[in-house]
Amino acid sequence: MQAPAITTDVLKPQPTGLPSGSEPLAVDVTNLGFSYGDTTVLNMARCELQRGRSMAVIGPSGCGKTTFLHLLAGLIRPVTGTIRVLGQDLDELQGTRLDRFRGRNIGLVFQRLHLLPALSVTENVLLAQRLSGGRVDATRVATLLEQLDLGGLEHRKPSMLSQGQAQRVAIARALVHSPALIMADEPTSALDDEHAAQALALLHSSARRVGAALLVVTHDQRVRGSLDSELELRVPA
Amino acid sequence: MTWLRLAVANLGLSPLTSAVNVLLMSLGTASIVLLLLAGSQLSDTMSRDARGIDLVLGPTGSPVQLVLSAVYHADMPPGNIKLEEAQRWADDPRVEAAVPISLGDSHRGFRIVGTTAEFAELFGAGLATGRAWDAPLEAVVGSAVAQSAGLAPGSSFAGTHGFGDGGHGHEAHPYQVVGVLEPTGTVVDRLILTSLESVWDVHAPAASHAHEAGGDHEHGHEHDQGHDHDHGEHDADHDHAGEHDQDPDREITAMLLRYGSPMAAMTLPREINAAGTLQAAAPAMEVARILQLVGIGLDGLSAFAWMLILTAALSVFAALYGSLRARRGDLAILRCLGATRWELLVALLLEGLLLTLVGVALGFLAGHGAMEMLGGWLEESRGVALTGWTWIPAQTLLLFSLFGVGAIAAAIPAAQAYRTDVARTLAEG
Ligand SMILES: Nc1ncnc2c1ncn2[C@@H]1O[C@H](COP(=O)(O)OP(=O)(O)OP(=O)(O)O)[C@@H](O)[C@H]1O
Ligand SMILES: [Mg+2]
Repeated sequence: MQAPAITTDVLKPQPTGLPSGSEPLAVDVTNLGFSYGDTTVLNMARCELQRGRSMAVIGPSGCGKTTFLHLLAGLIRPVTGTIRVLGQDLDELQGTRLDRFRGRNIGLVFQRLHLLPALSVTENVLLAQRLSGGRVDATRVATLLEQLDLGGLEHRKPSMLSQGQAQRVAIARALVHSPALIMADEPTSALDDEHAAQALALLHSSARRVGAALLVVTHDQRVRGSLDSELELRVPA
Repeated sequence: MTWLRLAVANLGLSPLTSAVNVLLMSLGTASIVLLLLAGSQLSDTMSRDARGIDLVLGPTGSPVQLVLSAVYHADMPPGNIKLEEAQRWADDPRVEAAVPISLGDSHRGFRIVGTTAEFAELFGAGLATGRAWDAPLEAVVGSAVAQSAGLAPGSSFAGTHGFGDGGHGHEAHPYQVVGVLEPTGTVVDRLILTSLESVWDVHAPAASHAHEAGGDHEHGHEHDQGHDHDHGEHDADHDHAGEHDQDPDREITAMLLRYGSPMAAMTLPREINAAGTLQAAAPAMEVARILQLVGIGLDGLSAFAWMLILTAALSVFAALYGSLRARRGDLAILRCLGATRWELLVALLLEGLLLTLVGVALGFLAGHGAMEMLGGWLEESRGVALTGWTWIPAQTLLLFSLFGVGAIAAAIPAAQAYRTDVARTLAEG
């Protein structure tokens, strides 16, 4: 593979027989450069992820993993290079259209969950469904919460959840609108083995159901082992 | 719906702050509504009562007092005038209608007006039941009097000297109710009408039913004294009581005139006032003067009420702006979930407008309720009938202004929400 200054590698061989070559890549990054002021954070020649595939993003703390996810979500703009998500060059989208694109196609689980404190568990998930522009489907929300072992907590406010419970609500929120690109930032950091496995299984099955790509930032061996490939980021020199 | 639910939920996160904001807003709103309603109804009632009366003839003195007593029956009459003298002007060709009135007594706080049949016509009041009076001590009562004092054709009552409760009674001369007037929404509703002769009779010497029996100075004197000692507050009318029976110089309290042509307004009042013995006061002018004075007071109170609204707006602003810091993460996450900048702006505006809506709604309710209560009290104590259950055009304007104020209060926080830097906010947590 290429050996750019600081980057990336696809370590595991891609399983065969998944989406046809004509379908656009879920993630297609070329010559990506990003810096906060004078501090270069990311410098990446190439990164690809097909739909139906999953990838772990690994690297030491502060190496730019979260920044990378934010770039892919169009929350921040790269300094150089292009980012295509599901065939769409993010540079071409502005303002409302970018917001809508993100809402419809991307599901994000944040490292700091950011549940809305004013709304109940169910409302938090319903809101994501509604904002994505999709049909509001309370049954789907209920099923999802059930699958994540959150049954009975539907009407709780986030402030009354344990960290692990809140993390699972955040996962439900990211999956509820069946996005084509699922990105999760340390989604299992607060979960015990059993719930980590449950959450991971749900991330995988959600991705498989709609042929979505799954990108997970993680230090968690339990998670890394289940993903198709790995992208390793290093702290810039 | 989504944004409304979110706005309600967010306001619910700090219930105390929200409640204080609503309270401030409703207090200010209620005050303004009350002032608007009172001011407009007061001027409406006053101009309605004076509609048929162009000029009032009375003794020289305060024109405002003359108009208040003779047209609105709200003040003590300034004194009496000679019927003969007033009649000279009433016969003037420029005068279309002239109605003498003689005041002095009341029943349960309703004034008894000695007058002629034309009096009710001035106010366009027809009979609802019964007939007009045609003998002394027969009376026709206004609709409010009939209802409140429980009078109907066939019932009788005794007048009380003076206009308040507690004057000495005229039990020896009970009035007989022969008719009840239709409700008119004017001061007539609260008056008891009878012939001039009745009033003269009641105050004539007890023995003398033949009212032409000549002056009884002794009786008049006694009457005066007793009145002075026991009922000092009624002294505005005691001259009348003491002197009415000095026939042939019959006295009345005032003469109400209506012009034959608008031109009369230019000449007649000036001629009358120049003649010296009588005073002519135009209700329209005096009302304008009174309302101007009242208006200054209302304006002052209004300014105070708007200060309350301003405080409420500032408080809404502070609450939204303050919560914005704590909620930047929420706003950023909403953007990540697909909300646009504009939707965030709307979300914040909605919160401000919701507070305004609830405050304003409660304020209008309270304002109207307070007006109704105040109206009931004023009607009982002052005979001024004001109601809370009415809507005046100025209120519609007020409604829009208040929502404008609410929107402005929310505008800066909303603009902040619009500008939220999503990634940085999420990164900072
Ligand atoms: N808003 C910002 N302004 C300036 N520097 C920033 C900002 N956000 C992040 N950084 C810096 O950019 C680098 C990458 O940060 P990032 O959050 O992407 O790290 P990370 O790989 O997600 O770390 P972790 O594993 O601890 O979550 C860090 O050195 C961080 O200090
Ligand atoms: Mg991170």
